[in-house]
Amino acid sequence: MNIVVCAKVVPLSSVTIQIDPATKRMVRKDVSQELDPQAAKAVEEALRLTEKQGGSVTVVVMGGDDATIGIRGALAMGATAAIHLSDPALAGSDALGTAKALAAAIRKEPFDLVICATESSDSYTGLVPGQLAQLLGVPPLTFATSLTVEGRTVTIKRQSEGGYDVVTSELPVLVTVTTGINEPRYPTLKGIMGAKKKEIRKYTAADLGLGPAEIGESGAREKVLTVGRPPARPAGTVIKDEGQGGKQIADFLANLKLI
Amino acid sequence: MDFVLTEQQELIRKEVATLARSFAPDYWLEKDRKAEYPWEFVKAFAAGGWLGIIIPEEYGGSGLGVTEASILLHEICAAGAGTSGASPIHFYVFPPMPLIKHGSGALKRRYLPRIATGEIVMSFGVTEPNAGTDTSRIETRAERRGDGFVVHGRKVWNTNARQATHMLLLARTAPRDPARPFTGMTLFFAEFDRSKITVREIEKMGRAAVDSNELFIEGLEIPADNVVGEIGRGFYHLLDSLNPERILTAIEAVGIGRAALERAVQYAKERVVFGRPIGQNQAVAHPLALAWAKLETAELMTMKAAWLFDHGRPCGAEANSAKLVAAEAGFDACDAAVQTHGGYGYAKEFHVERLWREIRLYKIAPISQQMVLNYLSEHVLGLPRSY
Ligand SMILES: Cc1cc2nc3c(=O)[nH]c(=O)nc-3n(C[C@H](O)[C@H](O)[C@H](O)COP(=O)(O)OP(=O)(O)OC[C@H]3O[C@@H](n4cnc5c(N)ncnc54)[C@H](O)[C@@H]3O)c2cc1C
Repeated sequence: MNIVVCAKVVPLSSVTIQIDPATKRMVRKDVSQELDPQAAKAVEEALRLTEKQGGSVTVVVMGGDDATIGIRGALAMGATAAIHLSDPALAGSDALGTAKALAAAIRKEPFDLVICATESSDSYTGLVPGQLAQLLGVPPLTFATSLTVEGRTVTIKRQSEGGYDVVTSELPVLVTVTTGINEPRYPTLKGIMGAKKKEIRKYTAADLGLGPAEIGESGAREKVLTVGRPPARPAGTVIKDEGQGGKQIADFLANLKLI
Repeated sequence: MDFVLTEQQELIRKEVATLARSFAPDYWLEKDRKAEYPWEFVKAFAAGGWLGIIIPEEYGGSGLGVTEASILLHEICAAGAGTSGASPIHFYVFPPMPLIKHGSGALKRRYLPRIATGEIVMSFGVTEPNAGTDTSRIETRAERRGDGFVVHGRKVWNTNARQATHMLLLARTAPRDPARPFTGMTLFFAEFDRSKITVREIEKMGRAAVDSNELFIEGLEIPADNVVGEIGRGFYHLLDSLNPERILTAIEAVGIGRAALERAVQYAKERVVFGRPIGQNQAVAHPLALAWAKLETAELMTMKAAWLFDHGRPCGAEANSAKLVAAEAGFDACDAAVQTHGGYGYAKEFHVERLWREIRLYKIAPISQQMVLNYLSEHVLGLPRSY
């Protein structure tokens, strides 16, 4: 089974993200990057599937030159190969532009299954996977909390209000995985050493057959108008336990119809 | 000159940090309180292949250098593990080094793969009660008998001996010649035979999790094959352990200092007294800023020494200087962290007191600050030897 994982490389979670007031984009320059922890879960899921039934895991990353550290991170976990979409022309792409670039790269690969994180942990739009499935002409199975493949049948469980839905489809298919799906492995030192020897294929916009009408700032149809802080949360209710604490909490929750 | 880590070194840094930080400060508090060896931690690092970091690839390791080992130990310490976490791991780096550099092919094939996996646990037997810092005066002697050697003597401060399966052991094979005091000692890679070695633990100020011991060696048999390098030249081979040991302990001191500083800075931002965060007072802020600057400086010296060692260049002056300034910088950072915490700095649950107790070690061992200054006075400045 050939699996493609779409992964994003994002600022280290310990870094406080800054927004450039002029471009309203996240400042990525001179900020340490890592494989998105959400994407690491997609890689992990792919590795577990291929460890059971054989096959390859190709990681596709769109990002600047400094994204290679995150790509090597995915290779160190055990991914077979990596593709890096890197071109100044891609900078400023909106979600659809990103999906077009990823789709163009993935079409060059034989693939059975595409796995994405539900959303990235830096910008959280969650738009790309749906668009990508449409462009690739495969069904999207979203919000998976578990993923199995038997023969050509893919089954996911999706959390719902009263329990979970079971959704199945035939390959090829795109699956988005949620945070809780697994605990990604730590790359071993041998994995890190091996990652250095694996090839990272680079594609430019031209290699993907994409031009300024589709990608980059010029191709973007989404525009960020303003960026602001969320409104401050109202102060919480403090319950002091003077013997009645438990009851007071229960009443409070009952009031909200939570219990 | 390039001060930037390679992509691989950056990945090592990040992955070690993640793994080390998965062991919470309370884990270390508990290990210290119970004087329990941190096996879970060591096994996690063994599983990740980290113990083989400097073992050549042909013997099952990753063949990296003291530079990468320094990154490893820095991140372990910066994560808050202290010497409790660093000591068990650094025994996979400096004791095997003379074996890698000077051991016979057979010896390397026999032991290095098992060091890389963590199956072998090592201790380092140099210091003796009657010799102290003057290594040339060690009294433990190895006598030729048939096909091997038989060892009698005492060692002190032998760290890790309670778990050790093997020991890098320095012993006299010829009497001390005042004209050439450092010849006549031989280095052995010895199996830790508990029927011939009695281990007595020393209760100490810090790092209760990792034992240090007195050893009484009575009739320990070592096959001649287990001599590392040349008979009589053991001290010179040992230098390939001693310099990395200085470099690693220096970077550990930097990492511990950073862990303490991180806690202190956080606390200084949050603790409000007289209606403002204590960190707004320069008397609180400046020692922390100074600690930061000194830790950065010590790290530079340490990484330079590591680079020199890995490039096969002399590094004695740099490794010693790194240990000197890092022990100082690390201690000052921990002390400032305790002071910043006020009374809570003295409480175990704030963790800086443990780091403060642990880091005190580095002004004494592996070589005392005074002996570093002696070395620099004599060998770098060319001043007359004082002792
Ligand atoms: C926790 C711990 C773990 C250790 N682990 C190991 C280990 O695993 N293996 C091992 O072999 N050793 C180990 N050591 C030993 C350590 O390396 C020695 O303690 C250290 O080198 C100092 O030697 P000493 O204790 O004999 O001090 P001494 O040599 O007795 O010196 C005492 C004091 O006098 C000073 N002094 C002595 N001579 C001079 C001089 N000429 N000029 C100026 N000052 C002088 C010293 O600097 C020191 O302050 C460990 C020590 C400790 C505390």
